[in-house]
Amino acid sequence: MKGVSCLFQEPEVTSDFKNCENKNETGAESPFEHKVTLEFAVEGKNFRAAGEASSRLKHTLQHIGFPAPLVRRVAVAAYEAEMNIIIHANRGTLKAEITPKTVTIWAEDEGPGIPDIELAMQEGYSTAPDYIREMGFGAGMGLPNIKKCSDILEIETVIGAGTRLKMVIFNKTGPEREK
Amino acid sequence: MTLAEVKALLSAEVICGKDKLNLPIKSVCAGDLLSDLLAFSHNKTLLLTGLNNAQVIRTAEIIDLAAIIFVRGKRPHSDMVELAEEKGIPLLVTRLPLYESCGILYCAGLREEKPHKGF
Repeated sequence: MKGVSCLFQEPEVTSDFKNCENKNETGAESPFEHKVTLEFAVEGKNFRAAGEASSRLKHTLQHIGFPAPLVRRVAVAAYEAEMNIIIHANRGTLKAEITPKTVTIWAEDEGPGIPDIELAMQEGYSTAPDYIREMGFGAGMGLPNIKKCSDILEIETVIGAGTRLKMVIFNKTGPEREK
Repeated sequence: MTLAEVKALLSAEVICGKDKLNLPIKSVCAGDLLSDLLAFSHNKTLLLTGLNNAQVIRTAEIIDLAAIIFVRGKRPHSDMVELAEEKGIPLLVTRLPLYESCGILYCAGLREEKPHKGF
């Protein structure tokens, strides 16, 4: 997607990310070696189903045996991103790629785009209408919450076309199957 | 304190999750802003809220809240009850307002959550 893009990245985390590209280097046997990918369609304004995609992603991670703090970070980031699509866009998708060391989430939508990313990243800034606020959202905490939960956050947006978020969350401890 | 003791203190009615009244309640949060809960609450916390919609149940499921108590007699709709039953989240209703409910639980020894130390 062309257009405005923005990258939020912690430098020390980047090197971790590079290391985990060579995840089989040690040859150590891991209980969970394969990649798991999930994809959900998200329909704009469908508040009845809002949260179901994130809930299923959360349960997949729990089932694999990821530690609770990682599951929580992924679930919150995915849920805020899913709500953003439902509140602001016409339609979109939530995709996740799960490996033993990282969970990557992409939230892509066909929607209005974000005119000012810097402003949207500020806590308390929101363009959501009143009926969204009455639902308990639209307080301008969505993107800041996503950033807080993610180790890497990339935002690409095109006004009048849509927005793509990439969220990367590292698993610092590895899966615990027996849990 | 168990959920049953909280129920008694607030003269609350159990809408669903009667089998979970022995659940231990260690911390409480209160509010109507779901994004704040997503950012700051802890696992297994009791939520007191005046917000009455399905997103409360969804949010509770995402962050593993222990139970939800609706204040000021706000009864959850049937689709909310259905969702809560499916997700295994107990729902209670008290006629007391939010401030008074918080005050009663505070006096009974339940404290707010400790500040979130990040993820």
